[in-house]
Amino acid sequence: MKKKALSMMLASVLAAGMLAGCSNAVSEATADDSSSGGDAAAAGTEAAADAATEDASADSTESGDTATAVTTVGDANGTHMELWSFVEAHNTFYAKMVDKWNQENPDRTIQVTFTTYPYADMHQKLLMSLEAGEGAPDICDVEMGQVPNVYAGLDTWLYPLDDAMAPYKDDMLQSRLKAYQGSDGKQYGAPFHVGATVMYYNLGVLEKYGITQDDVDAVVTWDDWAALGQKYLDALKDAGEADGKYWTSVDTGGTDWLWLAMAEYGEDWTGGFDEKANVQLDSVKNMLTMQQDWLNSGLAEVSPDGHVDLEAGYQNILDHNIVSFPKAMWYMSRFTNYMPEEKGNWYIAKCPVFKEGQNCSVGIGGTGTVVTQQASDPALAADFLCYAKMSPEGEQMIWDDLGFDVCNTSLWTDDAFAHDDNNQYNQFFRNYPYDVLAEIKDQIGTIMTVKISPTINEYVNNTTLNEILEDGDNVDDCLQELQDAVDAEQ
Amino acid sequence: MEKKKKANLLYSQKVAPYVFVLPFIICFAIFWVYPLISSFVMSTEKIGAITREFVGLQNYKKLLTDKVFHTALINSLEYTVFTCALLIPFPMLYAVLMDGNLVKAKGVWKAMMYVPALTSVVISGTLFRLMFTEYKTGQMNVLMAALGLPAFKWLKVKWTSEIALLTLCCWRWTGVNTLYFMSGLKAIDKTLYESAKIDGANSHQLFKYITLPLLKPTTIYVLTISIYAGLAMFLESFMLWSGNDSPKNIGLTIVGYLYKRGIQKNDMGYACAVGVVLMVIALVINFIQLGLNGTLKEEKD
Repeated sequence: MKKKALSMMLASVLAAGMLAGCSNAVSEATADDSSSGGDAAAAGTEAAADAATEDASADSTESGDTATAVTTVGDANGTHMELWSFVEAHNTFYAKMVDKWNQENPDRTIQVTFTTYPYADMHQKLLMSLEAGEGAPDICDVEMGQVPNVYAGLDTWLYPLDDAMAPYKDDMLQSRLKAYQGSDGKQYGAPFHVGATVMYYNLGVLEKYGITQDDVDAVVTWDDWAALGQKYLDALKDAGEADGKYWTSVDTGGTDWLWLAMAEYGEDWTGGFDEKANVQLDSVKNMLTMQQDWLNSGLAEVSPDGHVDLEAGYQNILDHNIVSFPKAMWYMSRFTNYMPEEKGNWYIAKCPVFKEGQNCSVGIGGTGTVVTQQASDPALAADFLCYAKMSPEGEQMIWDDLGFDVCNTSLWTDDAFAHDDNNQYNQFFRNYPYDVLAEIKDQIGTIMTVKISPTINEYVNNTTLNEILEDGDNVDDCLQELQDAVDAEQ
Repeated sequence: MEKKKKANLLYSQKVAPYVFVLPFIICFAIFWVYPLISSFVMSTEKIGAITREFVGLQNYKKLLTDKVFHTALINSLEYTVFTCALLIPFPMLYAVLMDGNLVKAKGVWKAMMYVPALTSVVISGTLFRLMFTEYKTGQMNVLMAALGLPAFKWLKVKWTSEIALLTLCCWRWTGVNTLYFMSGLKAIDKTLYESAKIDGANSHQLFKYITLPLLKPTTIYVLTISIYAGLAMFLESFMLWSGNDSPKNIGLTIVGYLYKRGIQKNDMGYACAVGVVLMVIALVINFIQLGLNGTLKEEKD
């Protein structure tokens, strides 16, 4: 009898240990994650990467070595602050802005300690510290995909930026500010960039096969675009070089194409803050059906590892396996960082649309930097943050250093700003990126990022896109399945 | 008078043992009992960022219709079954071989088999991810090319990804389990074999009627820990897909789902419900298993 009791007891303790064991495994995983360069976001089908891998995935290689790089900058007698980011380049940028701020505001100087963590680590740490009510930094970068999780705390967790950004507000692209508002309408995040989606073309390659810039400029609809692609592939075939070459690659690990389609139709699958999410939209169906056709006709391939903003994607572009794809403006920095050989080849144009007259772009990705309620001086932190990310001085540095399409629209047509030939991006591409941006200024749609967004993104990236694009399953059935999964959460 | 009483209490034979076990009791209470109870309590709540409300069994109800959870559950169970099927017979066979006179340089073999267990799962998982990559440059696809077959998307298809996971698991744990069985074999009295041989038993019969029954305690031990390890598997799949997301959730496990809900989505209440269900499943499976092989029966002698 004793033995029986003993073995039952042992079994129970072992099983109960699973609960404790979980947390062990988790902490080990996250700890080790830092050593592997935070490549949680570099996964082929990464859902957090969703539409907004943006900085996280590509910078995993950079931030890997400096997983917990800590630096302190500023006036030692000033107010001390902590700032966390998941991209080292962001911190370098903030550090420069701290010096500028201290020069301009000698009576309100600050000293900031910067810490760069890997993507997943930083967001989890932030969430935990906000929940616990202590340990959070004064200022923190929050990646778009994580915004719903962090902004859920509203003004219990975060300090509203409305007052601090008042001087700059009118110059900013309003749809971008809206993306970083909480469900109570207050502004909790300061944006870096618009993330306007544009079409990238490898004109250097296309010209070899008789396709000119005029041909590219003449593209209006997706049909035109596909026809141009077919023309390119036919030329390749004639030259006997078509093996392994495609016009574009479609994503199974990212929702950029779908976001673009929704913005063109003026739809939004999240339904915003007020309505329920509905993924069975014409835009989504049309885009996916069209992509299936491209795959079948050999016009497109499935992006290696799921989307183009990964090592495999850069290699694919460098190998000229694909010569045209839509991506947000911030992808420019991937070219300069990872594909410098491509200098002078690429051309930026607006995206094709389904029907003439539709909007042709959508803001994708972004970093909504927040000030926490735990800050030592929230008002000062907010003033600094808005100065750094929204003032003309800050915007200039965002463009020069980070290569983002800034939210301050008054600068887009400012010749000294947009046509500066010393700027590396102006040098890299065949045309001035801001010319394209100015042209599509009123056509940049917004897809909301709300509570249900992570659920949709995750299911789409893990399941739906794989079923439709890899397995060739029926679009309507897969979207119904997705809708069911989403409905279970709302 | 008071002082003396206190001293007496400390020296009393009744109290002293409790003082000595106190550190354990405190650890047990803080790190085991308290989390366990609070898991149960939290599993009946909906815990948002700044809100917390009691919802009764709603989380459990949702689990019943949650397809992703079902996928995770099936994945974990499949993995458990396969690992038990692979990690018990083969290590036992190796142990018997190593125990016999057929194998030379036993120390070398033992060391070689054990080394994988010392490597970090993170590193081995990353290596396996590179081996099983869909590019033409991955080892498996180089092998395919050598066989004249086209490159394969190993980690995007259920059964091939299962192969990758099981290969990783076997590579890591075969050596450890072999050592368990070898120590089990050492405990078997050699005279039993001798007397059986004198009675004319062949090696097959020796294995079947002596080795197997006398190894039973070891086998039960290995089976029990294999079941727990299988159900609690998380890191292997986390590393293989470099994250918690795999195509069509082919690599998602119960613990992976718990992590996804609790940490990644900050939905602690639901995650606790997943944890409680996992614990119940593990308990049930092991009680059945222990019941079937007789460990729970009263000793007859």
